[in-house]
Amino acid sequence: MADTYQHLRVNDMTKAVVVEFAQRKILEELSIIEIGQELSRLAAAFPGRILIVSFANVDHLSSGTLGQMIKLREQVARQNGHLILADIRPQIYEVFKITKLNRLFDISETTAEALDRIAPKP
Amino acid sequence: MSTEGCVNQMLIPSDLLAAKVPEQEILDALGQFGYSEQAVFAVKISFEEAMVNAVKHGNQSDPAKYITVRYDVNAARAVIIVADEGNGFCPDSVPDCTAEENLTRPSGRGIMLMRAYMDQVQYSRRGNMVRMIKRNRAPS
Repeated sequence: MADTYQHLRVNDMTKAVVVEFAQRKILEELSIIEIGQELSRLAAAFPGRILIVSFANVDHLSSGTLGQMIKLREQVARQNGHLILADIRPQIYEVFKITKLNRLFDISETTAEALDRIAPKP
Repeated sequence: MSTEGCVNQMLIPSDLLAAKVPEQEILDALGQFGYSEQAVFAVKISFEEAMVNAVKHGNQSDPAKYITVRYDVNAARAVIIVADEGNGFCPDSVPDCTAEENLTRPSGRGIMLMRAYMDQVQYSRRGNMVRMIKRNRAPS
């Protein structure tokens, strides 16, 4: 049976699994623990895969969110997969720059660009 | 637009849901005085980090302990004070989360974000109260 997620929209696109946040204001401290649990469950369900997490729906985040992304990155790497973050709007990207996490994460400007980047070249 | 500031002080339980009440009041006040979208983002992220620190680290989510929030927002600047009933801490003892060896630590970025986004961040000597200031740079 397919896994269901309350906070995530998951699209398995064969070459990568694309994840979006279901609601715009969810990445606040109140719900971030639940989201972290869902992300962890998702990563466990797709071992060895490329996971693209789209921030298109995110207009605010906290240090807790950053922590969950770091944990997700480590879990995905442990399972021989790879995590790409995409669609991060400038105001949110600034948070990654301030914390220098833009150096830790593989970040693509858009999901389309990330998918294009990982596509096998002829 | 009112020329008088929005001032309030409230005692809230150690609960992040309860923290939404002062947060919304502060954001409304910033809107009333024409703070920029960037300034509102800065105050929102900083206030939330201060509240998370107060609830989780300060009061350790103890329902018997409270958090005092005081704010004074006017056309020139927003002053926000968050005080918990915990033992306090030394903010200088928090490791630099941007150091290469700490980049993969999942926590410890809250204070750094507050300092980056606010114009002034000061802790009390005991370390259980933080006072933050954001100046309004929007055209008058």
